[in-house]
Amino acid sequence: MELVPLKEAIAAHVRDGASVALEGFTHLIPFAAGHEIIRQGRRDLHLIRMTPDLIYDQLIGMGCASRLTFSWGGNPGVGSLHRLRDAVEQGWPRPLTLTEYTHAELALGYQAGASGMPCGLMRHHADTDLDLLTVPHRRTLPCPFTGQPLTAVPAVRPDVTILHAQQIDAAGNVLIRGIVGAAKEAALAAERVLVTVEERVARLAADMNALVLPAWLITAASIVPGGAYPSYAQGYYARDNRFYLAWDEIARERAAFSAWMERHVLAAPDHAALLRTLGVAA
Amino acid sequence: MSARAPDYTPDEIMTVTAARQLRNAAVCFVGIGLPSAACNLARLTHAPDLVLIYESGTVGTRPKVLPLSIGDGELAETATVVVTLPEIFAHYLQRGRVDVGFLGAAQIDRFGNLNSTVIGDYARPKVRLPGAGGAPEIASFAREVLIIMKQTRRSFVPRLDFRTSCGYLTGAGERRTRGCPGAGPRAVITDFGLLRPNPRSEELELVALYPGVSAEAARAATGWPLAVAEHLETLPAPQAGELETLRQLEARTREAQARPIRIALPAAP
Repeated sequence: MELVPLKEAIAAHVRDGASVALEGFTHLIPFAAGHEIIRQGRRDLHLIRMTPDLIYDQLIGMGCASRLTFSWGGNPGVGSLHRLRDAVEQGWPRPLTLTEYTHAELALGYQAGASGMPCGLMRHHADTDLDLLTVPHRRTLPCPFTGQPLTAVPAVRPDVTILHAQQIDAAGNVLIRGIVGAAKEAALAAERVLVTVEERVARLAADMNALVLPAWLITAASIVPGGAYPSYAQGYYARDNRFYLAWDEIARERAAFSAWMERHVLAAPDHAALLRTLGVAA
Repeated sequence: MSARAPDYTPDEIMTVTAARQLRNAAVCFVGIGLPSAACNLARLTHAPDLVLIYESGTVGTRPKVLPLSIGDGELAETATVVVTLPEIFAHYLQRGRVDVGFLGAAQIDRFGNLNSTVIGDYARPKVRLPGAGGAPEIASFAREVLIIMKQTRRSFVPRLDFRTSCGYLTGAGERRTRGCPGAGPRAVITDFGLLRPNPRSEELELVALYPGVSAEAARAATGWPLAVAEHLETLPAPQAGELETLRQLEARTREAQARPIRIALPAAP
């Protein structure tokens, strides 16, 4: 584990064409890292995420991605991700190839990747049209012992998984608490793991069974207070639901979206500057 | 003489009716939006021991305000336990520990199959919808399913553009024959009333209406010739206590959502 500024971590570890999973299920979404990827102009990324959320809407709308693996692509409780829709429906700003799963399947794919398995197995959920379009991303097969129908999902192994977390200690161990989604599985499935954290502490506020990623599993870490905004970090700040509601209008039209990104992301040298332009920094 | 305007909105009677479908102490896997409002209303009224599970891994959560997303901090803070995504789907849902799955969708057909993936052709969609999320497994593995949707000809369609989640497939026992573990949709709650599957054909039929709503209006809002039960019931209007609890919940939610977020940054070096 090396502790470096976020700019350096992204420059060193996220290459054009890489498969990248920015995980965090609604909670702890690594927005600051996503914005840095946009600032550095990465192209042709294969983005992986259970819920693309606003951060992938932004990466897709800024032309960073050519492929998306996901399981639910909306603005939670609000509606569509307009940039994701525009890429799929109109190919703007470039076409986007979709690989889509259910939540249970993609979580299982990460788990298989994290476990060194070629695929993960689950009970077959009754016939849907997902079965028709997803070969070779999903296969059904009988259980060798009972004959019961099972679904196999190939392992998901990102080149890089990026997480946001609450704390890092002096030795570089990282604590995640609250809704953890498939963050642990996505991290353990990846070749490299980048982490942004709210703060550095002498000792993690971790119970014995807390979710701690040992320093030796982490490639690089960066201290980025507010790094999950407008998502949230339990114990630090709440989800900005007003921003999620406002995004529907910001992202609806191409020009307004591009202008917003130019003003708040590209023109801001870093995440702290972005939080200041949005009037969120206290 | 004109009929007195009801003292509740169509959304309110729909949410109250949905809440009444939930028995106390059931384990319920909750979708966001209307299902979440109905489940929390039930918990705050007749079903205080209802166990709510959201797919974010929050188990036994008792939110004071309705979450906007499936993973707001409120859900974690008020949960019995927060588990990982692989666990919530494998250990709780797939293992058969969920009594009721509560879903919405963009399209439903006469057998309660649901589409939340695309409108139009998959390869060249007219509207790309969010996709599956947890719905296909909830629809399969929950012991039974409740569906809540506004009834229009665009959403109640003769043929789905895409089958994301299964109801009764083509009916008449096909779901059971295919070995699908859960029983399937027990009821569809709409803004007109209640649909239930016919015990033999498993086709949805209109079994109850809200006060002042006609079967003709419900049929006109359905994209297939909607069957109507022989004994069509009238659903009771919301009680004052239910309405008050729902309105307070929504007011608390609005207030929480309006609260500005401030993040303390360390002073610049």
